[in-house]
Amino acid sequence: MISIGYDLGAAYSKVVVLKDEKVIGKGIAKTTLEPMESVIEARKAALENAKIDEGQVERVGVTGSGRNLIVKSDVSATDVTADAAGVNHINKEIKTVIDVGGEEARAVKVSEDGKAINSAVNDKCAAGAGAFCEAMARAMQVSIGEFAEYSLKSTQRIAINAQCAIFAESEVVSLVAEETPRQDICRAVHDGISERLTSMAKRIGIEGKVGLIGGAALNKGLVESIKDDLGTEVTVLPDPQYVSALGVALMAANA
Amino acid sequence: MAQQEQKEVEYWRWDEGNWKDPDKDWKDAKVISAGVDVGSVSSQAVIMTDGELFAYANTRSGYNSRWSAENVMKWALEAVPGMKLEDIHYIVGTGYGRVRVPFAHRAITEIACHGRGANFMYGPSVRTVMDMGGQDLKAISVDEKGKVLNFIMNEKCAAGTGRGMEVMADLLKVPIGKVGELSLQIEKEPPPVSTTCVVFAKTEALGLLKSGWSVPMVLAAYCSAMAHRIYSQVKTVDIQKEFVITGGSAKNLGIVKRLERELGFEIYKGTTIDTQLAGGIGGALFGKALYEKSLKK
Repeated sequence: MISIGYDLGAAYSKVVVLKDEKVIGKGIAKTTLEPMESVIEARKAALENAKIDEGQVERVGVTGSGRNLIVKSDVSATDVTADAAGVNHINKEIKTVIDVGGEEARAVKVSEDGKAINSAVNDKCAAGAGAFCEAMARAMQVSIGEFAEYSLKSTQRIAINAQCAIFAESEVVSLVAEETPRQDICRAVHDGISERLTSMAKRIGIEGKVGLIGGAALNKGLVESIKDDLGTEVTVLPDPQYVSALGVALMAANA
Repeated sequence: MAQQEQKEVEYWRWDEGNWKDPDKDWKDAKVISAGVDVGSVSSQAVIMTDGELFAYANTRSGYNSRWSAENVMKWALEAVPGMKLEDIHYIVGTGYGRVRVPFAHRAITEIACHGRGANFMYGPSVRTVMDMGGQDLKAISVDEKGKVLNFIMNEKCAAGTGRGMEVMADLLKVPIGKVGELSLQIEKEPPPVSTTCVVFAKTEALGLLKSGWSVPMVLAAYCSAMAHRIYSQVKTVDIQKEFVITGGSAKNLGIVKRLERELGFEIYKGTTIDTQLAGGIGGALFGKALYEKSLKK
């Protein structure tokens, strides 16, 4: 059984191809203003990676804020549901998931059989998601990778007072002008996002092992801050930005 | 024009400047007071002679409040030939950076100063003041003397603030002073942008442009969303006429008109004084009162 899962997010389109519940291909493309552009590109990459052609796909699952772009699908699931299914398939020990996307973040409580039993979402404010990191990296004129590296070298904790990404940008510029060490500024940004993520997670209660997914989970600096705030170990799932797509591909296969 | 290559246009940069009343001479005054309002986005220094507007400067705030205060005060003094800082009897610092005005005699909250300033600008009939600032929104209820009875402030989120509008002006490449009138050059009022977050609104605006919306339409949609946001806040204090607006965004007709639609009545606009000066004016008036009090001792 070959199934394909689409996770069409605000920042990236992700596609995963499964054969008998094993990942055989993945593809990713940056979301542009032309909605279908990234979907087509990601799909092409995934099919090539899987060495199959479109005709061989038997089931289709879609999730993400842009899931309605794909009109015909066997399963159309919310991000929360897809997250739970994906995480559970990869690591059954994880009971609490934090998914940090480009513009949205969510916390999901996962049952033993991979169902979402509780969730909290932030989709109102960019300051709790990946867009914030990107904006701050731009304000400091460094790449996201460099931003994360700086953060890990921080030696002191400072606070960024602004909660809003727009205000924080001005605050970061001021801090740079006042010659505050870059490492500490980067760390402070991650601390700010982490605080918002962990209070969101605490709303649903943190149980068992905590897993981190979504593109922002690739940011080592952010992961460190989250570990500090939670006070527990945090597992970053392999290929964290694909987990949701994997989850909905699974759901489609079992539909 | 030779070597002076025009730098990349800064659409978000609103007009800064200084001014002095050409008909007054400060040497005739009994009490010279000043209010220095140091905000996150803009700073104003207002000099008053015997409680009348005499001179002022309005500039962008810098990296730190202390520098901003010194800079704007310097600009205001530059407008007045011969006046030095020492000639001012009493200086009040207000705004976000009020405790970092090194030459101020006292710091007073911007809420109190805005209430007092609005009362001066618009008269004793004012009961509700909506300050649309650079990085915050304040809804203030005042009595006939400009004393604050109640207020609510949002300083956490850029939606509805001047900074949010600067971001949009920059994105759409429209000089910020033109945003208001341009947003009204539409045939039909489009629905407001759906998100309140400015970061999300940016993405949404680009998408709308791509799908064929004109720049005036996108501006209209954004002003509409901002007006709604502002209205939601001011609703939480008791809205009573006369209702006035202060701050930089009060100069944006696109927001003002749409706010009036939500309020269901006309906003009282009976002043010719720059709306960004309210805090500084209030500070200068408090300064005069405090100075006179100190003389009586």
